[in-house]
Amino acid sequence: MIQIEYMLIISAVMMCAGIFGFITRRSTLAVLLSIELMLNSADLNFAVFNRMCNFGGNEGYLFSVFAIAIAAAESAVAIAIMINIYRMLKGIQVDKLEKMKG
Amino acid sequence: MNSQNIMFVILAAIIILSSIATVVTKSVIRAATYLLFVLLGTAGMYFLMGYTFLGAVQTMVYAGGIIVLYVFAILLTDGAKGQDTKARIKDASWGFILALVGFLVFLFMLLKQNLFADIATLDAPQEPAKCAATSIDSIGNTLLSSGEGGHLLPFEAVSVLLLACIVAGLLIARKR
Repeated sequence: MIQIEYMLIISAVMMCAGIFGFITRRSTLAVLLSIELMLNSADLNFAVFNRMCNFGGNEGYLFSVFAIAIAAAESAVAIAIMINIYRMLKGIQVDKLEKMKG
Repeated sequence: MNSQNIMFVILAAIIILSSIATVVTKSVIRAATYLLFVLLGTAGMYFLMGYTFLGAVQTMVYAGGIIVLYVFAILLTDGAKGQDTKARIKDASWGFILALVGFLVFLFMLLKQNLFADIATLDAPQEPAKCAATSIDSIGNTLLSSGEGGHLLPFEAVSVLLLACIVAGLLIARKR
């Protein structure tokens, strides 16, 4: 069986790539893609820890399933908001969205 | 080196290269496509661990649903216009440094702690193959039982959340 550290390293690479994209991207949809990357690495960690440390139980497994469902819901609402913003302001770049600023 | 290890190396290469490509590529449409490969590679990891149901859920919900939604949204807005990676790194170099330092800290902790050596010596069953089989039966029973170890309440909460999301998505994105 594969050493478990390697899967956690892959998950760490995914998480750090997500952090980099989250901070440096200008387009809000690209920021959302980075958030999906980070959520996915957290899901992988849940599954790995459940597989290796939780003998007989499957709590981590179900956490992953619920996390996937919540990520789907989150991205659906976020995309609806982005489309609405684009209709009103004709742009979704993060540094242009300052219409509510007083 | 058995077939499982070979498969693991292939999936690890796909995931690592695609996840880095997701954040450094210029076009956002390409980023979404690379993200699709990351998600499919993660599904492969779940299959490798023996979690077939989770891998199927990952493939259906992420690859089949979310990525398509993202591609539609990118094409409907001006999100496809990206920014050059070098300019982005110069713009927010602290983001690059933060991600790099964070990764090195993760790596240092993982390799130094050697945490799974301690867990393996507990009284748990020694071969992972024996305790790994989480059948669809047991998943369904835990998901829908309200007794001890059941997850009926989060299941119902997620169903209410999804209903609220349908309503909210329609309400926000409708034409006025």
